[in-house]
Order: sequence, then C-alpha cells, then structure tokens
Amino acid sequence: MKNWPLWEVFIRSKNGLEHRHCGSLHASDATMALENARDVYTRRMEGVSIWVVESKYITASNPELNGEMFEPAKDKAYRHPTFYELPDELKHM
Amino acid sequence: MSEKEIKSLEEIFEKRIANDEKIEPKDWMPEKYRQTHIRQISQHAHSEIVGMLPEANWITRAPSLRRKVALLAKIQDEGGHGLYLYSAAETLGISRDEMYEQLHSGAAKYSSIFNYPAITWADMGAVGWLVDGAAIINQVALMGTSYGPYSRAMIRICKEESFHQRQGYEILLTLCNGTPEQKAMAQDALNRWWWPSLMMFGPKDAESPNTEQSVKWKLKRKTNDELRQQFIDQTVPQANILGLTIPDPALKWNEARKHYDFGEIDWNEFWQVVKGHGPCNKQRLDARRTAWEKGTWVRDAAMAYAEKQEMKLEKAV
Ligand SMILES: [Fe+2]
Ligand SMILES: [Fe+2]
Ligand SMILES: [Fe+2]
Repeated sequence: MKNWPLWEVFIRSKNGLEHRHCGSLHASDATMALENARDVYTRRMEGVSIWVVESKYITASNPELNGEMFEPAKDKAYRHPTFYELPDELKHM
Repeated sequence: MSEKEIKSLEEIFEKRIANDEKIEPKDWMPEKYRQTHIRQISQHAHSEIVGMLPEANWITRAPSLRRKVALLAKIQDEGGHGLYLYSAAETLGISRDEMYEQLHSGAAKYSSIFNYPAITWADMGAVGWLVDGAAIINQVALMGTSYGPYSRAMIRICKEESFHQRQGYEILLTLCNGTPEQKAMAQDALNRWWWPSLMMFGPKDAESPNTEQSVKWKLKRKTNDELRQQFIDQTVPQANILGLTIPDPALKWNEARKHYDFGEIDWNEFWQVVKGHGPCNKQRLDARRTAWEKGTWVRDAAMAYAEKQEMKLEKAV
C-alpha cells in the first residue's frame, strides 16, 4: 500500500495578515489535508484561512549554499536609509 | 443570486470594512470593488516600472561609484515594487499579460510624473527627494487600505522607500554645498519638479469624483488635498535646509491654519500630461514596448528549457 503523502500547512490567523507556515501532516488528498489541518492547527480559533501544499511541491534553498545565496546582500549598506548622511535638523525623512 | 441577497452581502461587506477588517482574495466582494482595485493596483504597478525609465538614463552617468550603486539599488527596488503590486492585482483575477497589454496599448494609466524628462544629474536628487517623497506620503496612507494583499504590499514597499528619498536628498545636499554652478543645477531641478510633484496627489477634492467611494473602501484614508498639504508642509523646511527656493511666490506660512498656503496648480498642464501630451509620454511607452518585445526570446527560451527538463524527467521515471 502507498503511504499518505506529506502536506505543509499554512494558516492566516486573521484577515490582513499573511498565511504563515505552522507545520505539516499526512493525508491521502487535499480535502483530507485541509480537514486534518483544521482539526489539528485551528482548534483554538488560531485561523480564518488555511492553505495546504503537498510538501514535494516545495522547492527549498540548500543551507549549504547559504553563502552564495545570501551573502551578496551583506556588503550593500547603501540599500539602507542609515547609509546616507543627512543633517539632524532634517525632519520627516 | 437574487438582488436582495447581493444587497445583504454588500451590507455585510461594507460593515466589515467599516470595522477595519481586511478583505482577502477569496472573500466575497462587490464587482465594483474588484474592478476599482484592479485598476488602482495595476496603475500603481505600472508607475513603479515606468518610473525606472527616467532614472535608468543616469546609471552610466552617475558622478561616482557611491552614487551609481545607490541609484542602481533604488531602480532595482522599483522593479520589485512593480512585482509586489502586479502580484497583488493578480489575486483579483486579472492576468499579468492582460495588465502588460493594457499598459503597452496605452489603455492603462501610470503616474504622470514619469512623463517628465530627467535632464541633469540634479534631477536624480529631485526625483528621490520629491517624487519618492510624494509617493511615500501616498503609500503610507495606503498601508491601512482594506484589501489585504494591497495593504501588505504597501507595508513592504514603504519600508524600502525610505532610502530612496534619502539618497536623493543627499545628492542635492552635496550639490548645494558645492560650486555655484552645482547649486544652480539643484535649484533648476527643484524648479522643474516642484509643480509636477504636487500634481502627483491628483485633482483637487472638489474635482475628484471617486473620492467618497474610495474613502469608504479605505483606498483613500486622506483626500488628495490633505495629502498634498502634508507634503508641502513637510517639504518646505527640507528645502530651507538645502538653501533652495520653492518656485512659488504665493507660498507662505499661515499661522491661523498652521499650514503653508500655496499658489494655484496649473491643472491644464496636469490634464494635458494625463491625456498623453506630456513631454515624454511617447518615449516612455515606446521604451516599455521595446523592452517587452526584445525580451520575448528570453521568456520563450526559459519556457522551452523548462519543458525540455520536464520531458527528461518523465523519460527517466
Ligand atoms: Fe517604489
Ligand atoms: Fe511607489
Ligand atoms: Fe521609490
């Protein structure tokens, strides 16, 4: 027999906020995944909306490659407002 | 659905917004809400990417490496802003291709400010300081808008905008502390960008027919005139620090109102540019169309590659 696939669960805790990953579960199909997610992750009104995505469809970055992936942003201080030297009396900027 | 059912759905909907609840993509919404948001969010997206064009002109001419990396980083951000906004609009059921088509055919509008030319280096300063400054005021007001994806895009964008304005101001500050010619260049840029920047807030409230509905839906949390006044009040002292003169002889602090009074905006010019007769309307649209057409082979090649990879995978299974 085939194993039930793994699903990642994302919950929107209230309208206006984005869905956030909260965990995963096994289910035979999307409908069951939604229902199980409701039963496991929203028993105490934690959510108003649920997304489930079968885990195999998520492409994740490789932590071993974090250097080349994220380090280039490190030496770009000019992307931050504090990089610019402006007089103290300047307001609203 | 019967008319009565729709009526009651509309009432619940309006109540939710009045209670400061957000509307999310899968929630029921009146058709007019959907259409208005598609129009406004896609126009905003178009403005971000068309806004890259006047500044792109100066990347290779930036006077130092420091200025060049800052300008590049800013323009890169604007491209990202376009992406956030196009994605937010797509949650309402319009496709990216449809939106591009509307932009390229001239059916869609974008902010008129980008139909003015950027002819000197000081313009890069004035654009950052005034144009991004005005955009920030508009966008901060929109962080509280009722449509969830739009509001979240605004929050992200506002965080990124702050450096845009500061890098522009720093450019002008340097010019104003430089030679008399450099200072004159800064003044000239302010002279040309001041009035178009004021126009960025749109027509006067009395001539802005959508204001009431937009306020109700929190697409507008303040009116055009209120935002324009806020911009003037906070920008005049900034001009004073630079030692520049705002090109408006009627500009004067009003102690009773606690605001600056200012002169009449040339609304004829505003409508001319909106209707397509600004100095650069044609040039901007041509640049967008050319970029899109010249990018066709890249988009096609990427798709062909992806399909090939998929076929390989299928064969292997
Ligand atoms: Fe932007
Ligand atoms: Fe913007
Ligand atoms: Fe910006």
